[in-house]
Amino acid sequence: MEYLIHLAILFAIYVPLAVSLNLVVGYTGLLSVTHAAFYGVGAYATTLLVVNFGWGFIPALLVAMILSGLLATLFGLILSRFRDDYYALVSFGFNIIVYSILLNWESLTRGPLGIPGIPRPEIFGLTFDSNLSFLILALALALTVYLVSAGIVKSSLGRVLKGIREDEKVLAIFGYNTEVFKLVIFGLTAMMAGLAGGLFATYITFIDPSTFGLNESIFILAMIILGGMANLRGSVIGALFLILLPEILRFVGFPSDIAAQMRQVVYGALLVLLMLYRPQGLLGEYKL
Amino acid sequence: MTILRTQNIHKNFGGVKAVDGVSIAFEPGKITGLIGPNGSGKSTLINLLTGMTAFDNGLIYIGEHTRLDHIHPYDLPDFGITRTFQDIRLFEQMPVLDNILIVITSRNVLGALFEKHKKYHLDIAEKVLRQVGLWEKRDCLAHDLSYGQRKLLEIARVLALNEDGGEVLHTILFDEPFAGLFPEMIKIVSETLCLLRSQGKTVVLVEHNMDIIRELSDHVIVLDSGQVIAEGTPAHALSQASVIEAYLGK
Ligand SMILES: Nc1ncnc2c1ncn2[C@@H]1O[C@H](COP(=O)(O)OP(=O)(O)OP(=O)(O)O)[C@@H](O)[C@H]1O
Ligand SMILES: [Mg+2]
Repeated sequence: MEYLIHLAILFAIYVPLAVSLNLVVGYTGLLSVTHAAFYGVGAYATTLLVVNFGWGFIPALLVAMILSGLLATLFGLILSRFRDDYYALVSFGFNIIVYSILLNWESLTRGPLGIPGIPRPEIFGLTFDSNLSFLILALALALTVYLVSAGIVKSSLGRVLKGIREDEKVLAIFGYNTEVFKLVIFGLTAMMAGLAGGLFATYITFIDPSTFGLNESIFILAMIILGGMANLRGSVIGALFLILLPEILRFVGFPSDIAAQMRQVVYGALLVLLMLYRPQGLLGEYKL
Repeated sequence: MTILRTQNIHKNFGGVKAVDGVSIAFEPGKITGLIGPNGSGKSTLINLLTGMTAFDNGLIYIGEHTRLDHIHPYDLPDFGITRTFQDIRLFEQMPVLDNILIVITSRNVLGALFEKHKKYHLDIAEKVLRQVGLWEKRDCLAHDLSYGQRKLLEIARVLALNEDGGEVLHTILFDEPFAGLFPEMIKIVSETLCLLRSQGKTVVLVEHNMDIIRELSDHVIVLDSGQVIAEGTPAHALSQASVIEAYLGK
């Protein structure tokens, strides 16, 4: 039971990551491979504010989200000079830069040693010590992110984002300053990733840079490709599936010590198969 | 009084002088045919006028007070100008209806976030889609329409901006709107051009079919190798020796 709750919490942390990345990649058509950087900034900023400065969870999380958003806005300004493959490559580079900073700025982050002993969230005197209570908190925040994203998608803004994906130059001559729209959505989704980071840090109570590398960005990307581009429910299903995959593998008889590693192989193979036979993903509405 | 004119405007692509010192003025409230052999620079000129391509030097004048040495594409509707594309450019993986709504709903981020579409928007979309016979197709992806329907959807998009923009929109540039259309669709497009003219709009028509040019245009400008080689009434311009030579090859 404890283990099921653990999986459910991981799921609740990955939903905002996957849903927000889908807004960027699936809806707006920006092939960003740097989402884990914002996830990491959220995790480290929340941790440092809580551990070093004794801040409460909520203000720490809010400031962490804002920092993630600001960093994304800066990255977005630079990324606006690039398109398509180059965009992906440069975003790739940003993830590596953030990862290296987390690893090497030892006076702040303790580098590879990581930061242990992060307290569980406390909100208005309520401590989310037990995993069950943390699950409720995490699900509530995941749901909030989902609803905000669904609101964006259903509004005219959602239509504009898709327009950017389909033909940015044509959208521009119909009066849209597309750079502004791209910056806003990039910043906003980075805040959502930052929120997931704050949740992750206070759940595991320990963070180190290895969680926030390129691998992680690709893992989140795999969730949305699997679930389907430009479909939010798809991203939720993609997150659920990739979280459960090691368990499924264990269930079908892989020894548990290699099940986790096999996850990489299987999700790689699944992605290839999917691209061959259903390029829009399980529920997707848009082909890359 | 002109509403849109260029002064000595240039665009080179590498060694190719695609537009080479063009100074023209489009007559307000008239249909101006913009013709010339393949590669003579018609589409490039339209791209320069609409901010799709930056020009090397020269000036563009809009109305009486605006003088520009570059154009931000997103200012175009405010300048009162819009266009269609020779190589149809739609929002492919979006429904037909959304292809229309997107050009009439809010242009700023917050405005867009707190709006879906209003009855006002839907009414415009219905009107212009019915005008080109695509209302029944409103839920199809643009991508799934036939070639001719796709051309008509681009026309409807311009009409929607015209409905919404009201007085602001004054000039519409059509880059080969008739190319490859069946007769019944040609009729819809030519009626649209005449309708716009009757509303006092300035219409620029790029077209290779001289029968259509003779029938529709009030004025003709002929380009060759990026330069204006003749200008005048259709009968006058098309009978010039230089024009005949440009078309038949030297
Ligand atoms: N983006 C570009 N890069 C390089 N060369 C270009 C580009 N666009 C146009 N050209 C060149 O500029 C010249 C003018 O092309 P343009 O498309 O304006 O001609 P056009 O009059 O529209 O021809 P058509 O009747 O075939 O549509 C051609 O030589 C073309 O090859
Ligand atoms: Mg052309």
